[in-house]
Parts: sequence; structure tokens; C-alpha cells
Amino acid sequence: MLRKIRIVLATIMFALITLLFLDFTGTLHHYLGWVAKVQLLPAILALNVGVIIGLVLLTLLLGRIYCSVICPLGIMQDLLSHLNRRKLRYSYSPAMTVLRWSVFAVFVATLLAGFGSLASLLAPYSSYGRMAQTLLQPLYIAANNLLAMAAEHMHSYALYEREVWVRSLPTLGVALSSFVLVAVLAWRGGRTYCNTLCPVGTLLGLLARYSRLKVVIDADRCKGCRKCERNCKTSCINIKTHTVDYSRCVACGNCLDHCSFGAMAYGHKPTIDRENQLVTEKQSTNGGRREFLIGTGIALATAALAQEKKKVDGGLAAIEDKVTPERHTPITPAGSLSASHMQQHCTACQLCVSECPNDVLRPSTSLNKFMQPTMSYERGYCRPECNRCASVCPTGAIKPITLADKSSTQIGHAVWVKKNCLPATQDVECGNCARHCPAGAIQMIHPAGDESRHKVPAINTARCIGCGACENLCPARPFSAIYVEGNEVHREV
Amino acid sequence: MSKKIDRRDFLKIFGGATAASSAVLSACTGRNAQQTTADQQEPPTDQMTLRRNPHTGDQVSLLGYGMMRLPVVGGGAGREHPEADIDQDMVNRQVDYAIEHGVNLFDTSPAYCQGRSERATGIALSRHKRSEYFVSTKLSNFSAATWSLSASQEMFHNSLKNLQVDYVDYLLLHCCGLGAEGADGRQLSGMEAFYARFVDNHLIDWLSQQREAGKIRNLGFSYHGDVEVFNLLLRWHDEGRYHFDFVLIELNYLDWNFADEINPRNTDAVYLYNELHNRGIPALVMEPLLGGRLANVPDPIVAKMKERRPEDSVASWAFRFAGTHEGVLSVLSGMTYMEHLRENIRTYAPLQPITQEEDDFLMEIARDIYDLKTIPCNECQYCMPCPYGINIPAIFVHYNRMIKEGNLPHSRRSEEYERQRKSFLVGYDRSVPRLRQADHCVGCGRCVSHCPQRIAIPAELHRIDTFVENLKRNGLVPDCTQ
Repeated sequence: MLRKIRIVLATIMFALITLLFLDFTGTLHHYLGWVAKVQLLPAILALNVGVIIGLVLLTLLLGRIYCSVICPLGIMQDLLSHLNRRKLRYSYSPAMTVLRWSVFAVFVATLLAGFGSLASLLAPYSSYGRMAQTLLQPLYIAANNLLAMAAEHMHSYALYEREVWVRSLPTLGVALSSFVLVAVLAWRGGRTYCNTLCPVGTLLGLLARYSRLKVVIDADRCKGCRKCERNCKTSCINIKTHTVDYSRCVACGNCLDHCSFGAMAYGHKPTIDRENQLVTEKQSTNGGRREFLIGTGIALATAALAQEKKKVDGGLAAIEDKVTPERHTPITPAGSLSASHMQQHCTACQLCVSECPNDVLRPSTSLNKFMQPTMSYERGYCRPECNRCASVCPTGAIKPITLADKSSTQIGHAVWVKKNCLPATQDVECGNCARHCPAGAIQMIHPAGDESRHKVPAINTARCIGCGACENLCPARPFSAIYVEGNEVHREV
Repeated sequence: MSKKIDRRDFLKIFGGATAASSAVLSACTGRNAQQTTADQQEPPTDQMTLRRNPHTGDQVSLLGYGMMRLPVVGGGAGREHPEADIDQDMVNRQVDYAIEHGVNLFDTSPAYCQGRSERATGIALSRHKRSEYFVSTKLSNFSAATWSLSASQEMFHNSLKNLQVDYVDYLLLHCCGLGAEGADGRQLSGMEAFYARFVDNHLIDWLSQQREAGKIRNLGFSYHGDVEVFNLLLRWHDEGRYHFDFVLIELNYLDWNFADEINPRNTDAVYLYNELHNRGIPALVMEPLLGGRLANVPDPIVAKMKERRPEDSVASWAFRFAGTHEGVLSVLSGMTYMEHLRENIRTYAPLQPITQEEDDFLMEIARDIYDLKTIPCNECQYCMPCPYGINIPAIFVHYNRMIKEGNLPHSRRSEEYERQRKSFLVGYDRSVPRLRQADHCVGCGRCVSHCPQRIAIPAELHRIDTFVENLKRNGLVPDCTQ
């Protein structure tokens, strides 16, 4: 029964969180934003006390239920290991306590040192987010585009096309390799990742030792058939000693369902911490299937790349793609307060990246904030009616911000590059930057007051908010004649 | 032959079946229930209204075949599918059908269908006796590279070769009054461009000589743009400096009175027509349907037209209007499809002139269409390609379509607002890729001189851009009231 409830809840949770990452229309995050906000690490980074206390109490009451039904990476592992049809392939292995706590220590140290993005390599929620955003969302959008094409034939406006593009190759690489790593570990040994590498698992495992309800074995009824042990994906049941390692048990209920003698129960039992050492059985792996998994991973990546090629429209002037200018200070979205706030609080889950409707946010490739979001305006600009990244961020790296506050927050400032500017270098009128500046920070002036010359932009930096409308809509290509430099600390204008 | 049945065969079979079944029905009911619609009948072959050209005495069919939208293999017209081959078999069939039904004027230009129209026209017409048709072509020396006398002469000789004829019946100085880009990249006004193309190089004198020599039977010009050029040419005609045997003007019930209200830089067709008529110069008519816009009018207007003449098409009103003016020699229509050809032949075989009452009605319709404030673009593509990659006609078409379909959001208080807003924005992204939308217009103005409708293209693009921007912002800002 416990197992069935767990499976239903986990399926719902997994579907919701995946949908949250896939949805690009901005409709779902109003309803589903909470599934990201109840994740432990984001809640800790956001100092979301309510959620933290709730999760601690939950664990103290029910054990590591969190890992079974809330954590998307945990559920994904269950799913992958379920695909391996070889039954009874688990057996007890002793906890790798030293490894677990060393990894945990490194994790906490990098987090405290302000390298949130390094720490996030191990964090389960953001790891899943990256996989969903970089590997799954392209497929989702491609499918949507197909449907949109069909809808177009029926003159329906219910669906619209979105471009599929790779925002950052290194992030794609990280997502792909962590997927392969987690998938292989899950295929072979169930929850190996959760119980050796995952810092959240380590922390909750500590609490779960003292949980009120836990799996207990009635040694009198146990016939020693080891069915529970062979079905335990966390390898935490030692039937020789009739003990369970509660730091690893995720309360999945598989063992309860498999015991034919009523010897297993989910109930209250005083903490006993005894461990007998057993020789671990080395499990062989199915090489063919592993290659298949890796193969599909690569296929996913190439499908995403092939989508990049644009249709040829014929009869129209070719438009050169814009190239990202070198920005001395990267731009972070309004609500993130400052570059250092972002760096310390972001777990690089890519939720904001997958939400951004204007193709502005993408994962950074610079080392000290690897995979954390950064802004660039080649494909769109930060539109005044949008604050979706701030409203979805579960960690408080981008704090919620009203549209009014956003319109008066200076995240950067525009810089004019004379040598690219059309009216300054060619005999042509322009003014597209001034025409589109939502802050009215650009006016067009005759250079040196000479009325025979074309007007060029004059930027009032004090009014500029760094939204990038000018940069995005500048006709100069591939490098715009006006671009935005970030502000390390956001200011009010 | 393939298994495909064309429309005529289908109609024959289907019509036969209908007739048979209705015969049975009438036998049952005892009433004559014979059903035949206009679409089921072949238009008559001997009823085409003819007009006399006072200069040469030609009896010209009121319907002239414009060869600017020839069909291509795979469907559609050549101008929209530059990569597709002209469907010569279909062109031949349609030309045969037109001649069979009394159409005898075929109008082409070296510029049409990316330069492929003259050749295709020549192939189709050469299969008929030279006395059965009149062919009209133009001196389309738009590019500064063709402004020398020799280059323009070569263009004319090339036309004769492509059309496989020794002489042309009608030759036009193409697009007089439209601006052009000079060899140095400078924008020339309509008047400057006219002088550069025809006067400074003495081309107009040479063409007059060709008329004397019989290579050109009628010499005229087509007018777009600056009305001063039109006036100048008629003044030369009056003074006897040059003689024009006909003039090609844009004439339809919308431009008759509203051309200058839609765009102050344009001239009402009523003025152009009367100037010609008073001098006894026959008018050839182009854009009787305004690039199809008068065949695709808003539903309430369709309803009004059908109330009066339920079996007539919407387009037939525009053709009857254009043809009713007695000073009109022929109405040119670019017919891509056989159905259009059949329908237009039916309208003019014979013409049923517009009555005074119907004329009032059409002026009322014109007022309705004018009040919609659509942009008078008829997708001629002359403005393209925009150097900044903007798809100008597609933007205007989308905007006009939204107006006509009632999807142009007006007030946020309207219950329809959200639906209209979504239709407009999603449809915009679908019709025009983002990088080719109006927000990328820098206002360089290079398109303006090319527009035969003289639309202030950059101003209109900026207006649409502002509209879209407001739509994007308003819709998502719940606390923003206006």
C-alpha cells in the first residue's frame, strides 16, 4: 500500500516538475511554481524557513519520503532502474559513510565559498532541471512546432512556434554527462547516486535515522528468504542481522510489498544503529543497454542541433545572425540584486532559462558562475511586460520583482560603438535604438551640431535600465552599434 | 493522360449527372427543377464586348490578359515562387481558351515573373495567327544600368525576339512617375527618373521613330506615382511634341474617388480618366481588383453585394465598374487560374454596364472599405528586397487581414480584447519571422520610391510597430489601464 501511494505521488510530482521545465508559454508557472520551491536546496538558498522546517519535520516523521516523492532526480532514478527488468538484482552493501560525508563537506565548502554553480553540479534538483531544460525541452518544443504547423493549416492560434536553439554547449555537456552518470548508476544499483554522492540525501539520511516511522523487520517472522533485500534499490536491508540502514532508506515500500510472511512493517521502532559488514556482491552490468542509453543521449543532442538550421525564405535579403559582444560585466536579470547575490544563491537549475520567453537568459560559460543564468540580447531583449524569471526562481537568486520596480531597476547601461553605427558611418537615417528605448534614455542628435550629418544616438546613462531593446533592434550586424554592459550591483533609476 | 480530371471534365460529368437526376426529380414533382448555375455553364465564345482603338481601328476585347501572374508548376503564381518553373502547358491552355472566347489583348513586360513572362507569352501566342491577337509590352528600364539608349534599345529588340513577333501592337513607357535609384545610389524623384529613363537618352524619340517604322503600332505610357509626370506627358501630347495613342492607368471603384484620401500623394482615378477621355486618348486599365483586394473584401460588404446580385462574384463588380467607362479600351487582369479567366470572360461577354444606382452603391462600398483604414498594399513586391531583411508586404497583409477579419484589438475593455490580441500577435509571428518584422525598420526610405501605391512605407511600419509594442505591453500589465 505504501508503495502504491508512493508511486502515485511520485508520478504526479515528477510530471508536474517536468512540465514546469518544459512549458515555455508562461501559463503553468502560476500553478506549478511551488513544486520547485519545495525543493530542499533551493529553499535553503532562499532561506525559505517554512519549507525547510516542513521538510525537516516530514523527514523526522516519515523518513526520506522527500527522496522518493519530491526530488525529481530521485524519481527519475527509480524510473530508470525500473526499466531494468532483471529482478532481484540488489543486495545489501555497507554504507560508504566516509565518501558520503567527504562529498557533503566539499559541497558545503564550495557553497559557502560562493561557488554555487560548482556545488550545483551535485545538487539533485538543479541537476534534473538542467537535463529537462537542455535535453527534454528541445524535443517538447519541436513537437509543439509540429502541432503548431498543423494548427496553422486550420487557422488556429492556439499554438505558436518557438525556435529551438542550444543556449550553451558546456551546459548541455554537463547535463548530458550527469544524465549518463545517474542513468548508469541507477541501472546498475538503484539509488547509488542518492546514497553516495547526493548531498541532500546525506543530510536527510542523518535526520531519517531518528524518524518516527520507519521500516522495521520482525526477526521472529522473518524466514530469511531475502526477497526484501534483493528488492531494495538502496541496498540498505541486511537480512542477516535483520537491520535497516535508515540513513539510506528512502521509504519506498518495495520491501513491504515483497515480504510474504508479514515480517516487514512501516512503523515506530527505537533507533538501533548496528551494522554488520558484508562483502558486497559486484553486480555485472549489461554493456549493450548502457551503450544504448548513451547512444540515445547523443541522439537527443544532435536532434537539438539539427533544429538550429533555419528555413530558407527566398526572395528576401539574408539576415546575418548577431554575435554576442564581449561584455566586461555580465548582465543578470532584474531581481537578482547583484552579480555576487546571483552567484551565491543560484543552483543553476535552468528554470529561469527555460521560462524566458524572449531568448535572453542562457547559462553562463564562465568558470566562477558556470551554468548560472546570464543575459544577452542577440535573439531578443528583456521586455518590459515580463518578470517570469523572477517569479519562478525557487532559490531567491532572482527575487520576485514587480513590473514597476523592474522598469526602474538599472541592471546595466547601453554603450555606443561608433564604428558600427549606420548613420555615423554610412549615408543612412536610423534611430531604431531611440525609437524602441522603453526608458526614453536615447535621443538622436546631429554629431557636433552639424545638421548636414545624420543623427546618431546620445545615451542618457542615468535613465538607461539595460533592457537591451537598443542592442537587439540595432540594424548593425553581426555586432550591434549599441550594446549593454552589466552593472555588478543593480541600481535604482 | 493521367487520371486527373480537370474542372471542365468534372463539371461535364457532374453537370450531366445533375441534369439527369434533376430530370428524374422533375418527373416526380412535375415541375421544371432543371438546375444550372453560372459556374456550370461555359461562357459564350462570341459575346465578348469589344472597344475600338481610334488610332488604329483595332477592335480590342474589353478583357485584356495580364501576363504578370503566370502559373508555375506546383501551383501558385510565378512572382511568388521565383524558384519554380512557369507552367507553360497551363499558360498555353489558358491563352488558347482566352483567344477562343474572344480575348485578344495580351499584356506583358520584360520585368514580369522575374523576366520570364515575355518568353512564355511568346511561346503561347506564336501558336496562333498573328492577326488573332494584339500584344502589348513595355520598356521596363528600371535599373540605372539600362538607361543608356543602346541598353534600352536592346531591351526592346529582346522583347520582339522573346515574343516571336516583328512588331508589337502596344508599347508602353513603363511606370512613368515612379522614382528610381540612380547609378550612384541616389534616390531620384519621379520626374528625375522619368527624364533619366526616357528623355535625356532620347529613347522617347527613338520609340516614336519605331512607331513610324511600324515596329510599334501604338505608343503609350503607364503611369504611377508623381502626377506631375502624367500632366507633363499630356501637355507634350497637346503641344504635339509627342503623340500618345493610349495610356495605362490604375482604375477601380476604390481609387476612383478615394485614392488621394487613402494616400494624399496619390491621384484619384476619376481625374486621370477624365484627362484622357477629354483628349480622346483611350485608357488601358490596370489594377481593376487592386491586386486582388477588391475580390477579397470584408464579409459585410460581400453580403451587400450578394443581396443585389446573388449569383455574381465579388470581383465581377470591380470588373463591371472598370469596363463601364466608355473611354476604357481594355481592362487588364493578371489571371493565374482558369477559374478566374472563365469568370472574367463571363463578366465581359457581354458587359452589363453599371447603372447610376449601382455606381452610387459602389461609391458607398468604397467609403466602407476606406473607413476600414487598411494599408493599400497589393503585394506587388516592388519594394522588396528590403536591405534590412524586412518582409514589408507580409507585414501589411497581416495587418490588413486582421482588420478585415475583425481581429484588430481596439479597446482593452472590450470582451474580445484577449482573443483579438492573441490572434494578432501569434498570427504576426507566424506570418512574418521575428527578424523580418516592423520593429527592424530603420526608416532608410529606400522602399518608398518603388511603391506604385506610394505608401509611406517606413511611417506605416513604424505605426504598426508601435501598435504591436503597445499590444504586447498592455495585454500583460493588468494594472495598466491605458
